[in-house]
Amino acid sequence: MIGDDIVMLSRLQFGLTALYHFLFVPLTLGMTFILGIMESVYVMTGKEVYKDMTKFWGKLFGINFAMGVTTGITLEFQFGTNWAYYSHYVGDIFGPLLASEGWMAFFLESTFVGLFFFGWDKLTKVQHLVVTWLLAVGTSLSALWILIANGWMQYPVGAEFNYETLRMEMTSFADVILNPVAQVKFVHTVAAGYVTGSMFVLGISSWYLLNKRDIGFARRSFSIASAFGLASVLSVIVLGDESGYTQGETQKIKLAAIEAEWETEAAPASFTAFGFPNQATQHTDYAIKIPYVLGLIATRSIDEPVKGLKELREDSLVRVKNGMVAYGELQKLRSGDHSDATLQAFDAHKADLGYGLLLKKYTENVVDADTATIEKAANDTIPKVAPLFWTFRVMVACGFTMLFVFAMTFYYCATRVADQKRWLLRMAVWCIPLPWIAAETGWFVAEVGRQPWTISGVLPTHLSVSSISTGQLWFSIAGFALFYTVLLIIEMYLMLKYVRLGPSSLHTGRYFFEPQAGH
Amino acid sequence: MFDYETMRVIWWLFIGVVAIAFAVTEGFDFGVCTLLPLVGKTDTERRVIINTVGVTWEGNQVWLILLGGAIFAIWPAVYATLFSGLYVAMLLVLFALFFRPAGFDYRSKLPDPRWRNAWDWCLFLGGTLPPVLFGVLVGNLLLGLPFHLDQDLRAFYDGSFWGLLNPFALLCGVIGLALTTFHGALFLKCRSEGVIYERSTAVLNILGPVLLLLLGIATVWTLFGIDRPEITQMPAGDAPSNPMNKTVIAAGASWLTHFLTYPWMLIAPTVGFIGLIMAWLFGKGDNRVAALLSSSLGLTGLLLTIGFGLFPFLLISTTDPRSSLTLYDASSSHTTLLWAFWITVVFLPIVLLYTRWVYKIIWGDITEQTILQDTHTLY
Repeated sequence: MIGDDIVMLSRLQFGLTALYHFLFVPLTLGMTFILGIMESVYVMTGKEVYKDMTKFWGKLFGINFAMGVTTGITLEFQFGTNWAYYSHYVGDIFGPLLASEGWMAFFLESTFVGLFFFGWDKLTKVQHLVVTWLLAVGTSLSALWILIANGWMQYPVGAEFNYETLRMEMTSFADVILNPVAQVKFVHTVAAGYVTGSMFVLGISSWYLLNKRDIGFARRSFSIASAFGLASVLSVIVLGDESGYTQGETQKIKLAAIEAEWETEAAPASFTAFGFPNQATQHTDYAIKIPYVLGLIATRSIDEPVKGLKELREDSLVRVKNGMVAYGELQKLRSGDHSDATLQAFDAHKADLGYGLLLKKYTENVVDADTATIEKAANDTIPKVAPLFWTFRVMVACGFTMLFVFAMTFYYCATRVADQKRWLLRMAVWCIPLPWIAAETGWFVAEVGRQPWTISGVLPTHLSVSSISTGQLWFSIAGFALFYTVLLIIEMYLMLKYVRLGPSSLHTGRYFFEPQAGH
Repeated sequence: MFDYETMRVIWWLFIGVVAIAFAVTEGFDFGVCTLLPLVGKTDTERRVIINTVGVTWEGNQVWLILLGGAIFAIWPAVYATLFSGLYVAMLLVLFALFFRPAGFDYRSKLPDPRWRNAWDWCLFLGGTLPPVLFGVLVGNLLLGLPFHLDQDLRAFYDGSFWGLLNPFALLCGVIGLALTTFHGALFLKCRSEGVIYERSTAVLNILGPVLLLLLGIATVWTLFGIDRPEITQMPAGDAPSNPMNKTVIAAGASWLTHFLTYPWMLIAPTVGFIGLIMAWLFGKGDNRVAALLSSSLGLTGLLLTIGFGLFPFLLISTTDPRSSLTLYDASSSHTTLLWAFWITVVFLPIVLLYTRWVYKIIWGDITEQTILQDTHTLY
């Protein structure tokens, strides 16, 4: 039996390293596109200031990119080191997606990032612009592949269990790639990255404007960021709604947990805007409900009900029982009984095999589970509601706050009075952390909301871990804590230093802190 | 020609290609980082050295990432067994790789000499530890690893981290470091002039014979001192991947017998040794590109020797020989192999083309002049 502490520590390590990695990824996604836009303006207008903008914001991007690369390698190692059984069980589907990311995305971004920094004098203007855009495309393609992989974990289509190899195997690559969850996730996540880049540039430019330095440089950066940011934040919100809809189709439990929807309401369900979900009583205290909204988001209809957690748990109970049958038939197959009857019985129940595996947490043999144990396994399929409920609302609040900031800045940019709206500039500076908070809480909702599964309905988290010891886990967690803390301090120090230096760090002689500026 | 068995063999070759690309390109990146504090005395000299690989190291590193990803995709059982079994060693590799991205990018962002010197040693560690650890890993692959699979095909490791540090594996670790340093010195010669060029030549003169001697010892040790099991019965080449369906027996130190069974495989060690000897001889003189190509050929030969030597094994188990993984029974499904095959056939040439273009753009000697001209932009 696998120790709970191994599972807990493995989850802790993966969660922390993934969230840490995602401090750097969204900024990379957004900055590369903003750099592409700035340089395009430079190539079209020939104005040097746009080249300086590309180079200066490029420097900040570079400081961030190094950390993204560092922390990204961790994730690839970790599937094997900490989630070995997961790797065996779904490597047939998950592996090729990672490998595709290598071929199509990592090579592109990593090969051209060097030329972006050092190719200015070796390439023509247009060549360099192409390099910058390839870098941007590379980073977004990387997000595409990893989100197809993650989408498959949420909604595993195009694969089935093979009893001869004891793992999931791909049946349709097209289904895996065209997974609706993956498509929505991809657009939602990259757009969130573009918002992050925009907020970063907008906030820092606002700070320059507030300090009345590098005005022309900051004003142009500000305009680009507000326009790109507005378009992006709108996409994030629209696609967030879209993902509510696909969740209603594909991840009912997660949706019900996010919305603290305990009971199945008469359609169209109301949306709980606020309240205190109470897991023990399965009730949301002090709930403030908005009629119809959840039904509209989740089903886009007024007559389809949204299933509540209590009913979903009953569904799980049936599936756990089916899963026990599947497991029993699998044992027969493995002991050499390949008769048609066994095969048919197994095929009839194998979609629920994963639910049977939930019982492994309590009994090694699965088929001997008693009623109480089966109930426990069914309970396990309902995640803790309150953390999901709250983190989701934090994410949404951040999103709408940023929508306000981008809408206002865009409007005042268009009317050419943005510099004078000091309250808005100050607000933009204070809003710099928001996209990160939104991204991290968003990941939390997506991943914790999938528990108790690593592959939804297929492979329970507690079976996915490696056969390793707590000592090994503590060693790695200590290592990550040490490296990541030191690196973060260094990164923040450099980032702040270069933000303060501003475009004077380019040593062109044209900017603030450069008194010799002659023109 | 796309049947399951053929695809399994093709993928064994493809992963070999990725491993070779990794060894050849990251080999010199590692080597240059090892040589950084030794060959570069002043700050400007060190910046010359760093900038010889500054533009391209990141793209080269992707070969390592891809190697990991390809093993995950093609041989999930190998990925699972190796990475979890060698947990501590793999994390040490990972931690060592942490030093480079920040090292390259942050080092010259501040002028303080203490800051720069500290990062130089970080880069040194980032270039030195991985080849040692990879060498130790290869040594243990030849020795076999203590692991077994249970009835659910869950992998269990039966040894400890310290068990990896046995004399033969340590010898392989030293060879790994010597190889990358040798290869890195040749690369440095290709992209520098003056004092760095001369110091690199001096390194090559010493390292060449040492490397050949160590490789000779390791070869003899392997042939006569290391056991190699033998498969006596296994399912057909297109059977579902399940390692537990074969019979494996101990066969003593049978590496030579293995190579004589497939005599064409002897071309690999031949190319390996001839390549390295030529690299050493060219490296003494001024034919620097020929020298780098020769050592690349040498590395290719050595990696092929290891792959061919293990064939059809990928991981040999010493505690439960039946659990050993082979390219026939540890592979992904036919569908996955086919998809991955077509993706590779399309993207490998594209990647090679644009990588070549980037090298063409940036190729040429880096001098102290180069650094001083672009002092605020370069690493």
